[in-house]
Amino acid sequence: MAFLHAAASHVKVGGLKKGRLPYLLLAPGLIFLFTFFILPIANLATTSTQTPVKGGDTGSYEQTWHFSNYITAFTENKEQFGRSFLYAFLTTILALAIAYPLAYAIAFKSGKYKNILLVLVVAPFFTSFLLRTIAWKQILGEEGPVVQTLRTLHIISPTTTLTASAFAVVSGMTYNFLPFMTLPLYSSLERIDPRTLEAAGDLYSNAFTTFRKVTFPLSMPGVVAGTLLTFIPAAGDYVNAAILGNPQTKMLGNVIDSKFFRVVDYPTAAALSFMLMFAILIMVSVYIRRAGTDELV
Amino acid sequence: MKKLWRWFGNNLIRVYAFLGFTYLFIPIAYTFAFSFNDAGKSNLTWRGFTFANWQNPCGAPDVCTALGNSIQVGLIATLFATLLGTLIAFALGRHSFKGRSSTNLLIFLPMATPEVVMGASLLAMFLSFKINPGFMTTVIAHTMFCISFVVVTVKARIASLDPRLEQAAMDLYANEFETFRRVTLPLVMPGIAAAALLAFSLSFDDFIITNFNSGTMMTFPKFVYVSSARGIPPQANVIGSMMFFIALAIVIAGQIVGRKKKHA
Repeated sequence: MAFLHAAASHVKVGGLKKGRLPYLLLAPGLIFLFTFFILPIANLATTSTQTPVKGGDTGSYEQTWHFSNYITAFTENKEQFGRSFLYAFLTTILALAIAYPLAYAIAFKSGKYKNILLVLVVAPFFTSFLLRTIAWKQILGEEGPVVQTLRTLHIISPTTTLTASAFAVVSGMTYNFLPFMTLPLYSSLERIDPRTLEAAGDLYSNAFTTFRKVTFPLSMPGVVAGTLLTFIPAAGDYVNAAILGNPQTKMLGNVIDSKFFRVVDYPTAAALSFMLMFAILIMVSVYIRRAGTDELV
Repeated sequence: MKKLWRWFGNNLIRVYAFLGFTYLFIPIAYTFAFSFNDAGKSNLTWRGFTFANWQNPCGAPDVCTALGNSIQVGLIATLFATLLGTLIAFALGRHSFKGRSSTNLLIFLPMATPEVVMGASLLAMFLSFKINPGFMTTVIAHTMFCISFVVVTVKARIASLDPRLEQAAMDLYANEFETFRRVTLPLVMPGIAAAALLAFSLSFDDFIITNFNSGTMMTFPKFVYVSSARGIPPQANVIGSMMFFIALAIVIAGQIVGRKKKHA
């Protein structure tokens, strides 16, 4: 009897796994995401083609399907557009260069300290990223130790500053996104069987060739995930530019923020947001296709 | 000299990793050090050592209100996001159904969308429905962007489970609900806990989306941002450092518990 019961429950499981249950599990979360993620973006699309109500208050707009909003928004802000992607690109390259050896050291050279080092990589997440960014501003700032030392040693001229510059913005972003780069790199490096590396050595491959032909290709999923996790938030970031930059380092995020809150120009903010999102999605899909990784989530 | 170079060559990667960690920890050390600064109002320069800020972390106006709001928003958003995300993760990890790839896309998109776009679009929608941004809208926004991260974390844990464990439970006459409750769920639990921790830290530290959707409500990151113009009170450094040590303690405790279970 019990055997029959077990057999029956197997059948039932098989049936449920293709039946309604998955939809019941998905429904609440997906409805939530649809309402508060998809609908707002669709709403943003309509906002982006609105024009001001003639003679109305500031901040009141009507739907006129005015698509040339996009052209105006782009031509007025093409510098910030280019800068956002340039800074995000530089940040991604720098973060990859810093994080790869770090992840490699944790995965292959840390022995019993592996878990502690992993915790240390995530640890910066535990202090507010704003506090850390502002700490950088003060460390590199006028009254901070670095500038004073460099000036005393005559490495930089008395008028040169480190903050309020493109250098500071890119360094700040590199710092802030470093753990996002390190973790996926580590998890793909850690999965590599050390015997494959030994095998490469046995086949007379030197350390560099082993890295180039074996280690790096095997770590590609981590490289793709890490670069995406860095590039996407970097392209949309405005906090680093606001704290560490100057008016000449404004990024698209800064423009969207000020259009929304200071100028109350919702259509332009919406058009810029939309273009930013599409530019990122296009780059990401091209990149993923070229990198040959399908499984994203 | 040659010996020194050889040592350097052999340990280059370790030296490099050490420098990497130094880089990661400089601003944290700075934040911690300046929590002891006898700063008065502006915490820009070092003016002497004091424990006063640690004895009275709520000493600066509004800082603890902001902290309280952040914790409340974080807890509620974590609860919702973990629940909704875990359900999705089980559907994706354990069931086959039509629409899997569109579900995957819907999970991936929020992670591929810049925060400024999500924040602005959500606020625009709230405004067009005449909903005033505040506590509830912040909770909704945080739940929204945390769900995907929960799904990814829990799904990875489910995928790493050995399906034979569940089959064994069934072979031992556990029905499907019992199998889930006594085998699957306990095995997935560390993943759910990790996801909840991640969701809370994402929510607690979020500035961009919060700034768009919280109206006049202060959160801790908003407090830091707003006060950064005229100098952050040292109490903010105290709270930042406290959060750091609490989170570190939780993670280390989790690792110790995990290791004990493995040995048992």
